[in-house]
Amino acid sequence: MMHGALAPSDYLVIAPVAICLLFGAALLMMRKRIDWQPWLAIPGFLLLFAADVLLLLKVAAEGPQTMMMGNWKPPFGIAFTVDMLGALFVTTAGFVGVASAIYATFSMSRTERRYGFFPFMFLMMGGVSGAFLTGDIFNLYVWFEVLLMGSFGLLILGSEREQLDGATKYCFLNLVATTLFLITTGYLYGVVGTLNMADIAQKAARLENDGAVLTIAVLYLVAFGMKAAAFPLNFWLPASYHTPRFVVSALFAGLLTKVGVYALIRVLLMLFPPQHADLATLISWVAALTMLVGAFGALAQSDMRRLLNYFVIAGIGTIFAGLALTGGEGGASATVSAASAATQAGGTAPMTGMAAAAAPLVPGSDSLVIGLSGAVFYALHSIVIMTALYLAAGTAARISGSSSLRAMGGLWRARPGLAALMLVFLFAVSGLPPFSGFWPKVILVRGAFQAGMPWLGAVILLTGFLMTVASARVFALAFWRNAPEPAVAGGPNAGFAPAGEPSPMLAMLPLLILAVFAVVAGVLPQWLVALTDVAARGIVDPAGYVGSVFGGVS
Amino acid sequence: METALSLVVGCLFAVSLYLLLSKHIIRMLLGVVLLSNAVNLLIFAAGRVSSIAPPLVPEGAEAPLAAVANPLPQALILTAIVIAFSFFAFLLVLAYRAYQDLGTDDTDEMRVAEPEDDGLPPLGY
Repeated sequence: MMHGALAPSDYLVIAPVAICLLFGAALLMMRKRIDWQPWLAIPGFLLLFAADVLLLLKVAAEGPQTMMMGNWKPPFGIAFTVDMLGALFVTTAGFVGVASAIYATFSMSRTERRYGFFPFMFLMMGGVSGAFLTGDIFNLYVWFEVLLMGSFGLLILGSEREQLDGATKYCFLNLVATTLFLITTGYLYGVVGTLNMADIAQKAARLENDGAVLTIAVLYLVAFGMKAAAFPLNFWLPASYHTPRFVVSALFAGLLTKVGVYALIRVLLMLFPPQHADLATLISWVAALTMLVGAFGALAQSDMRRLLNYFVIAGIGTIFAGLALTGGEGGASATVSAASAATQAGGTAPMTGMAAAAAPLVPGSDSLVIGLSGAVFYALHSIVIMTALYLAAGTAARISGSSSLRAMGGLWRARPGLAALMLVFLFAVSGLPPFSGFWPKVILVRGAFQAGMPWLGAVILLTGFLMTVASARVFALAFWRNAPEPAVAGGPNAGFAPAGEPSPMLAMLPLLILAVFAVVAGVLPQWLVALTDVAARGIVDPAGYVGSVFGGVS
Repeated sequence: METALSLVVGCLFAVSLYLLLSKHIIRMLLGVVLLSNAVNLLIFAAGRVSSIAPPLVPEGAEAPLAAVANPLPQALILTAIVIAFSFFAFLLVLAYRAYQDLGTDDTDEMRVAEPEDDGLPPLGY
């Protein structure tokens, strides 16, 4: 808690939200100067990313930060509280925001800019950032609605028939999910009488674990599971994510489902740990089915973008698997820190399966922390890689004139650079080394074995195998083979209109930026694992979060 | 008072869920409106309907001296009303545009984005 005058660096806590809303408003006023818009939007996103990085550094150095809006005394008024989890998510969001803005500059037509692409994008980023930073559960609902409103605007940009169809399903189901979130928050307020998350964490710990609290926890699981597109509430995602412009798909796939995952971690794991332990078996089943639905769904698709929709779902299942690992007392003594997985990455020794189990024990770490750390790592990886895959697919579809695997081909010969980048992203999304998807899966599989759930580890590995097959199909058909006969390209399965995608050379820049993350997080994962470990410990033991809000006065 | 309110909330939820289960967009829209109003009443009931004294803090004090009405649910409801209203307006326009372009408001027939006869992906080349 901050008293008296605030130092300028204290304003970093709200800077990401303030930057998004200010730039969004400024761009709205410039709607008649659409040629200028990108040149204001790109510096805006760079500024946002810079603020995110500074905030992350500040949180890493000083622990969780809190700012009370209007300087009210906690728990009254709205708190913005940033811990490592929120800072990591918001920084990754800013990172893909920069890449998407550059891509959009070269891909959105003048008409679409006039309809307000950049203002909507800033509005959505503001909602996403606010959701990651707020420390008040009702305020979290408000940010959900802000990002939802921005996403509605982006989704129907173009007003094509597919878009109206997809948007109808997306809008209704997401609105029902956020309303369910609001309903549950109403119940929660009726039970604990407070909305500040640090205050709820303290008061919920004193509550009896009775039916009322478990009901609230289950309702939150349903609401956030629906936002995250977890099975069996995933149907809205493959119905809509392939209809908007590629860059919009990329932003949605990267960010929106992960906001649901973040909210689930924040609410279920931090505020209701006993209820989370009760629900762990259910979450493990949801995770396994989500992974399998995603992997098999991807195998059944003939359109590249619809295939990627299912990759998003499979990724959500993998993250959920990390949330299902509870620290069983029996298994806790035999566990090792997730950081030991990263120590191996530095060495040159080949990975020999479970050999790492001999690594030194780290006291205080258990399956819960390992699973959560792996889940957060996977979520950050998924934000970047899913955005990158949709952007790369957009470029590929632009060159081929179609996003249908039946019509694409010959891209390896035409664009070797793009093909190489696509291969990096496909390796990363399948969890193959040496890219960013590999280490979180190692952590999660090992965590599953240590938590006594080897079947869940097996499902993660099976999903990885199936996604590798689906990725190989994408690469073989769209890139490796020669271009098919034009008669096929003009057929009824020409895929969804890839109109207005960027000229390939300029589109390489954001892809290169995103590929840097895939390589760096794959080759040097230690620093990232160290950060996600801090984030996971901060959720399992929220003393730092609570102390930051109440300033030790309590 | 809370008991009566909770009964009303329950009825509204039942009706709105019934409408949301319909295949027709126009009925689902009505369901969404009822759902948002049910939530508003729910928050109001969750905040307890107790005292009617206005929640004013005397000068110098940090908290109200006597029991006062709970002002927070009203702030929450006001926010929720504004959000629900704007979303309803958007959905209404979207539903109308979808009806114009797709020629149906039956969700079973809205298969433009996910065609039924998509067939298997190419299995080799």
